[in-house]
Amino acid sequence: MQNPDDLVRRATQGEGTEQIVVEPSSANDTAALPEDLTDDAIASPSGGDVISHGGLARRIFSVFVENKLAVAGVVVIVFFVLFCYVGPLLYHTNQTNASAALVSNVPFNASPGQGHPLGTDGSGFDILGRLMYGGQVSLLVGFAAAAVATTFGALYGAISGFFGTWIDAIMMRIVDAFLAIPVLFLAIVLAVVFRPSLVVFIFVIAFVSWLIPARLIRGQALSLRIREYVQAVKVMGGSRTRVILRHIIPNSIGTIIVNATFNVADAILLLAALGFIGLGVPAPQTDWGSMLSDGVQTATQGYWWEIYPAGLCIVLVVVAFNFIGDALRDALEVRLQQR
Amino acid sequence: MTGFLIRRLLQALIVIVAVMAVMFTLTHLIPGGEARAVLGPKAQPVAIAAFNRENGLNLPLWEQFFRYLWNLAHFNLGFSHVLNQNVTSAIGTALPKTLVLVGLGTVFALVVAIPMGIYQVVRRNKPDDYVLTGFAFLLYAMPAFLLGTLLILWFAVYLQVFPSEAPQSQSVGGIISDPRAMVLPVLTLSAISIASFSRYMRSSMMETMTEDFVRTARAKGAAPRRVLYVHALRNAIIPIITLLGLSIGTIVSGAVITETVFNYPGMGLLVVNSALRDDIPTLLGATFVVTVATIVGNLLADILYAVVDPRIRYAKS
Repeated sequence: MQNPDDLVRRATQGEGTEQIVVEPSSANDTAALPEDLTDDAIASPSGGDVISHGGLARRIFSVFVENKLAVAGVVVIVFFVLFCYVGPLLYHTNQTNASAALVSNVPFNASPGQGHPLGTDGSGFDILGRLMYGGQVSLLVGFAAAAVATTFGALYGAISGFFGTWIDAIMMRIVDAFLAIPVLFLAIVLAVVFRPSLVVFIFVIAFVSWLIPARLIRGQALSLRIREYVQAVKVMGGSRTRVILRHIIPNSIGTIIVNATFNVADAILLLAALGFIGLGVPAPQTDWGSMLSDGVQTATQGYWWEIYPAGLCIVLVVVAFNFIGDALRDALEVRLQQR
Repeated sequence: MTGFLIRRLLQALIVIVAVMAVMFTLTHLIPGGEARAVLGPKAQPVAIAAFNRENGLNLPLWEQFFRYLWNLAHFNLGFSHVLNQNVTSAIGTALPKTLVLVGLGTVFALVVAIPMGIYQVVRRNKPDDYVLTGFAFLLYAMPAFLLGTLLILWFAVYLQVFPSEAPQSQSVGGIISDPRAMVLPVLTLSAISIASFSRYMRSSMMETMTEDFVRTARAKGAAPRRVLYVHALRNAIIPIITLLGLSIGTIVSGAVITETVFNYPGMGLLVVNSALRDDIPTLLGATFVVTVATIVGNLLADILYAVVDPRIRYAKS
């Protein structure tokens, strides 16, 4: 899920406009200097501090850090990664064996308290521990699916845009055909066909999320391939692979990174949606969406502790990734770098 | 305009056939296939072979595909052994209900979002603008399955003002005659659209207010109200049509979730149930119908856009 303004922006951003332009930070200063300045005066300037923008990476970083929401987003993500992966080492719970819970008389649907800080669910699993256990799946699938989708989509788009002509036409019509299918429907069909294990799930979700990056990068490639430096590489006998991997992809990296960030959020949501309708990772594994789905079954009994925690985790992580994506876009945008 | 129409129609047709081919191939990759789903996991190979022969599932995939297309041209989407019903008739009862839900949800979203966007422009950068922006972001961050669940918990369980389940009537009339039960599903479905439409309305209106004709209208001495509602609004609202076209996929996906949460017997629930039961003909047929509806919706939005805004003429090339 992305920020509202992006819906249109992303959809209409066929012909990409964002790209990083690396400018020498001290360019054009000398031209404006008064003539009577000696070399000495230039070497030790007086009247105010010399402002150094530093390298590109530092400028991007400084713009990013200025954005409080994005920093909060990073904090949230770090917290959840620690919570899900380090948490289980400190807080031991049984999350795989339902019959063990049955034998040891763990109460079902117990409200928070009595040794279970967030209560237990309908199978007697401790909810706090289950949040960690399910979160591992959500985060892992989210990151991995976004990585696979973005890598493949970027390469696909770069190749399509670089070659142009009929290759581009065919490659993009394929993207159009897949984009015409509402995301969730395509994901449902894929989930039925492949009955995914955790690893296969990564590819199922990547399969529905590579389309947008492919389109975005194709737009960039279209404008990059006619640039002088790309022409120069061609003239010097550089291979097509070199042009695509060393020039088109690196020059689109801003768009790629921003899109990848939003893709993580989308992947987590999609996995949660699939889990919610009962097509999630196979038991005894779980994810936040499947947990919520279990909670709905008992919602009429008012077991709020089976709903709020999982819901809060999903919302926090998704919002965090969206904030980070927004800030990255600001940081990577050309005009802001001139500040 | 005619040339544009024909070109767009042809394009849409090609995309539809391509989608069909993709979906057909995918669903026929399902392990065990339809026979396994209908005859059960322990079915004898002989029985499976007989079932496949009887239903033409032993033919090469391309031949099955062309048969499917031929039947499709006759509005025959095959027979679901799981539902023991024609897929066409199953979709026939489910589709109108989803159209009602999606229609109500979209209209409600527009009715809320457009005034909200305008109000935010009038009061821009004041506290109430920020509050509404925060509200939009909150709605945006809330996935439909979570919002639906929370609404059930609050309004059906605690306050008991609305039922937790959508109307279960077979007919569309029966559904409309129970408006109380429709409140929560419509709210759930429209939330995300309210968020995106209002944000978009706000920025579109903001942009229009800087146009020359707005300045001219002000200079003429038109009342601020008139400038806002007559001059600016009419121009700012046009891009919303495009947005509507682009949002159809999101809204339809949202409908799947909403229908699952509230057990609303529409297309979404049909797809989910057929997916959970390996009911391949229904899954294929329903997905196909929804996709075609999405493509047609996009097409209509494009055409409407050109009709509403006379400045837009689709060039040849």
